[in-house]
Amino acid sequence: MAEKEKLNRQTMCDRLAMEFQDGWIVNLGVGMPTLCSNYKDESRELIYHSENGVIGYGPIAEEGHEDKHLVNAGGQNVVGIPGMAIVHHADSFMLIRGGMIDVTVMGAYEVAQNGDFANWRIPTRKGGGIGGAMDLAACAKRVYIAMEHTTRDGKPRLLKQCALPVTAPGVVKLVSTDLGLFEIGTDGFILKEHAPGWSVEEIQELTEAKIIVDPNICEVRTRGNTDSNQGTGRHFVV
Amino acid sequence: MKNKVFPNFDEAVKDFQDNSVFMSPGFGNVGVPRNLLSAVNKQGAKGLTGISNNAGALGDSIDVGTLIQANQVKKMICAFTAPTHPSQVTPFVEMYNNDELDAELVPQGTMAERIRAAAAGIGGFYTPTSVGTELAEGKEHREINGRMHVLEFPLHADYALIRAYRADTFGNLQFRLAGRNFNPIMAMAAKTTIVEVEKEIVEVGELDPDQIHVSGVYVDRIVLIPEDGIFY
Repeated sequence: MAEKEKLNRQTMCDRLAMEFQDGWIVNLGVGMPTLCSNYKDESRELIYHSENGVIGYGPIAEEGHEDKHLVNAGGQNVVGIPGMAIVHHADSFMLIRGGMIDVTVMGAYEVAQNGDFANWRIPTRKGGGIGGAMDLAACAKRVYIAMEHTTRDGKPRLLKQCALPVTAPGVVKLVSTDLGLFEIGTDGFILKEHAPGWSVEEIQELTEAKIIVDPNICEVRTRGNTDSNQGTGRHFVV
Repeated sequence: MKNKVFPNFDEAVKDFQDNSVFMSPGFGNVGVPRNLLSAVNKQGAKGLTGISNNAGALGDSIDVGTLIQANQVKKMICAFTAPTHPSQVTPFVEMYNNDELDAELVPQGTMAERIRAAAAGIGGFYTPTSVGTELAEGKEHREINGRMHVLEFPLHADYALIRAYRADTFGNLQFRLAGRNFNPIMAMAAKTTIVEVEKEIVEVGELDPDQIHVSGVYVDRIVLIPEDGIFY
């Protein structure tokens, strides 16, 4: 039997980026979350912040037009935009801990129904990779997660309780997976939108935590169908 | 004002002590003091403790990893002790996994603030970062304004190796774009601050006082990177 099609990474990130509101200060984690910046919406202006103290950077620089002194958190050369400001590392995290980041998008190994998530350490391996994740997770106004719904060997990542060491407890608001969009409410994961062709039962089967189904559940809205599915075309903001 | 220009990197690190603590800035391969690290590598100081966001990148570029590979470092204090991707196994990770050196893992913002605290003469600070995680275990907790915090202590160093864009002969420093990163706070936190300068060292008075990122009072030695030096 052929594998049923899941959402691709760009679509998963587009869906989170649709939630960003005009004027938000946004911090994107290294890897998949950076795809959020590919989603264009001319009706709003976002300010991208990077841990190294760059406030207000633009797209990835075209080859041959890189400024070697300007990189984002992933070390990619980016283009400065008018209004960009540079601060040093302590001031950059002052901005993070001070609560100025409206949303941070990160990858994760696991998310639990109480909003805990884990993305820095696998106990069977020595050490960990934290970077700025703990500061961002503890202090950003909203933590969104973009990750595949299951591990490579098919085990669920949306759990009752995290098995891995947590990055921050109780902070995740929204999770975009290749099977759907989940809000974390007081009672756990609320399935707001599902991947095309995937039923609630099929998604539940790949989820350890009990899924609550939103009464207005619809297909995951993408660049093409933001208005058609939802009638009003309005997004919800967590 | 005192002229702090040194003729070359070897002179500037000649007295680098065994068992000392050094800071090395840089983020995303920008603002890394590669020429000074190369000179410390040649100078051969051993038993060092390094404070740096990461413990060296993959590839042939000179960075903290160069000193680690040469067995000059006994401990790293950094924000990454495991690879962010399983394929990114650096020499540090290999040696750390084999217990060939020690490491202390610190969240990046906590590390920056601990460095800043050392520079600012602050005995410690409470931060919400890491509360509820393994890293907070054993640390003093305190609820402040209804929120739990953990106590963190300053990070001091004997040496800061700094990469600036422009300087004057007194050691007033300017950085360019993301080259700033950890450089200013490290320059202000160490007992001896040694700077490599990318672009130019100008006469005292030529830099606009309003455009100086680190005052020369913090800086001890400066060296202009020669044309055949390491720029990136």
